[in-house]
Amino acid sequence: MIPELGHFSLVLAFVLSLVQAVVPLVGASRNRSALMAVGRPAAQGQFFFVAFSFACLTWAFITSDFSVEYVALHSNTATPLYYRITGVWGSHEGSLLLWALVLAVWTVAVTVFSRHLPDVFLARVLGVLGCISVGFLAFLLVTSNPFERLLPGAPEGRDLNPLLQDPGMIIHPPLLYMGYVGFSVAFAFAIAALLSGRMDAAWARWSRPWTTVAWVFLTAGITVGSGWAYYELGWGGWWFWDPVENASFMPWLLGTALIHSLAVTEKRGAFRSWTVLLAIGAFSLSLLGTFLVRSGVITSVHAFATDPKRGLFILFLLVVVIGVSLLLYAWRAPRLSGGGSFAFVSRETALLGNNVLLSVASASVLLGTLYPLFLDALGMGKISVGPPYFEAVFVPLMTPVVVLMMFGPFLRWKGDSLGPALRRVAPAFVASIAVGVGAAFAIGHATPRTMLGLALAAWVVLASAQQLVARLGERPGAASAARLRGIPSAWWGMWLAHLGVGIFIIGVTLVGSLNQSLDVKMREGQRAELAGYSFVFRGVQDAAGPNYDASRATLDVSRGGVAIATLHPEKRLYRAQGMPMTEAAIDIGPFRDVYVSLGEQLPDASWIVSLYYKPFISWIWLGCALMALGGIFAASDRRYRKLAERSAPAAAARQAA
Amino acid sequence: MKPRSKRLVLVGVGVALLVGAAALVLNAFQQNLVFFHTPTEVAAGKAPTGRTFRIGGLVEVGSVQREPDGVTVRFAVTDTAKTIPVSYQGTLPDLFKEGKGAVVQGRLEADGTFRASEVLAKHDENYMPPEAAHAVEQAHKAGATVKP
Repeated sequence: MIPELGHFSLVLAFVLSLVQAVVPLVGASRNRSALMAVGRPAAQGQFFFVAFSFACLTWAFITSDFSVEYVALHSNTATPLYYRITGVWGSHEGSLLLWALVLAVWTVAVTVFSRHLPDVFLARVLGVLGCISVGFLAFLLVTSNPFERLLPGAPEGRDLNPLLQDPGMIIHPPLLYMGYVGFSVAFAFAIAALLSGRMDAAWARWSRPWTTVAWVFLTAGITVGSGWAYYELGWGGWWFWDPVENASFMPWLLGTALIHSLAVTEKRGAFRSWTVLLAIGAFSLSLLGTFLVRSGVITSVHAFATDPKRGLFILFLLVVVIGVSLLLYAWRAPRLSGGGSFAFVSRETALLGNNVLLSVASASVLLGTLYPLFLDALGMGKISVGPPYFEAVFVPLMTPVVVLMMFGPFLRWKGDSLGPALRRVAPAFVASIAVGVGAAFAIGHATPRTMLGLALAAWVVLASAQQLVARLGERPGAASAARLRGIPSAWWGMWLAHLGVGIFIIGVTLVGSLNQSLDVKMREGQRAELAGYSFVFRGVQDAAGPNYDASRATLDVSRGGVAIATLHPEKRLYRAQGMPMTEAAIDIGPFRDVYVSLGEQLPDASWIVSLYYKPFISWIWLGCALMALGGIFAASDRRYRKLAERSAPAAAARQAA
Repeated sequence: MKPRSKRLVLVGVGVALLVGAAALVLNAFQQNLVFFHTPTEVAAGKAPTGRTFRIGGLVEVGSVQREPDGVTVRFAVTDTAKTIPVSYQGTLPDLFKEGKGAVVQGRLEADGTFRASEVLAKHDENYMPPEAAHAVEQAHKAGATVKP
């Protein structure tokens, strides 16, 4: 009964999304406020029904209702409650329902925080969001109904894929979807601007916080996903350039370009059509990511759908969204041109340079991800594009990005003179090269890549320090506390996020250079040495979990005779699917992780053990966390609220004119 | 400078930058493509020597052997027509099993052994890597055309 209610509620949500897609857009084009006013309640109603439907599916999981096929395939009575709940988005149908729910959440957020938006504009934004909703709800109802019954019901469920039974998986998909789908708001703002043919600084100011928040979620989602891969896949890598990771990284790169381009549009009125194009691109790549991950064209833990109809449907949706929005862009963008002019040497140029580089980087990931799929689809042979390609491309593309990123803030908007600007940054620049080269020699790993990485990191840190000092010096005479408080949170956001990039580079460089590993056969009582740490194998015991049986090893880790940790890596066998799983054990430290995973048992009762020494790996996630934190600071700047309120009547007057 | 010529220079610099980036990307792309070959192709000498490539198929039943050091493994990958011996040093993926599909990346040694740097098995018990499935399918097709 409950599943049928969920299904019915989804149908109602679909009907409301149709209303939300059509009525406000018609109202906006005819300037009928009664029709435009329909958008808000329709969106809120749609949210209610999607949320109710989601709750029904969750209920089916909690109560282990195996007469629902989706539940029977992805849950089990022995699965712990929290993994039964996360099992809701553990596979194709449920994760699409989560997609729809997240879209409804963003739409409702727009209706709540949009008091200052002109009615016509809001109607168009809600209309566009409604169109996206129609597409996804139709997809759910037609090809991927999660409430499909299984008659007669299964006596026991097949359980969730063991790789997904992990705390990281509780939050990774919702965070990532909040990011992906969040770009739909930026997209809807951009399309609304194209429809109205008007786009000004006020538009950028409305759009900016939404885009930044979506970017924060995407950053956090990717970070958690990377952390999950690190400890769950059992061999200590943190990024594999796997098509699925690339699918989330492409919108991130373009989204990063977008938030910077929006900054220029807000401050200087320039880059308007470029900003719109980036907004369309970021959302299209989010959809492409959904297509890649959900259609089964690539094989990974994420690829569930084996039904070709589903892939075709998302592809169709993708073509419609990209096609329609680019057509609209070609038709309307010429009206958006113009805006502030700027000199060669200016902050705009630095931001433009980074925008272009980030877009090229995104395109290079797209090439590496899609080319093998194209060849395969055309029957022209099977190839794969591995990490060496992406590394060969990313280092040269991202090096100028990082240099410009820290140089840009020293330049004035509109125009600056090159000589004084260079003199401002020269000391820090020279010092960072010296630090980078010196540090590389000091750690005994003086390769060009290590020197480059450390020099870039030093450049980011030194230039950040210099920027902070310069900023604090702007109000001479004031008390230092007052000076600190006088800095707007948007500036702190930029500063933190850029510093985060530096921390991230330190982590990536050092773990790449100094990382050590050893695969070794061990017996009880045997000792192995790695990177100055000594590991004593204390044997393996049987341990039983709620839905798995494990062989649990004990290793004592010590350094120079001082005990550091006792680690318990496991080899699990999940009962329902008979699937083996390696569960690594990690001693996490601020400057290094010691990582142990258990391989297989050999006939002579010894075990294969993999030992890893991962210096500075936590700095990778720390850097990402700083970037996300910077985004939160940037989005919470007071001026968005204040300026938005002040400009709303003026903007409304202009819109109506 | 007049605004017009300024814009021209800006566009010129932008295009030069893009061309440079494209050259970089395409060059890296060409150098790092990893091709896939079926065991039959490898046996026929169609696979490159001195370059990394992938083979796929089924892990032959009874072929997995460990060297005394415990971490060096020898096994054979077959597409049911031809079989290629593989050696690999390291931990095998959880789902690596005799009789199941696997994809192996590495180089071909002079003695005909495939020295693997990476062994890929899949995330799901019932799932066959498409490359492995493709190799077996090709072998079956070839077999069907040879037989009268």
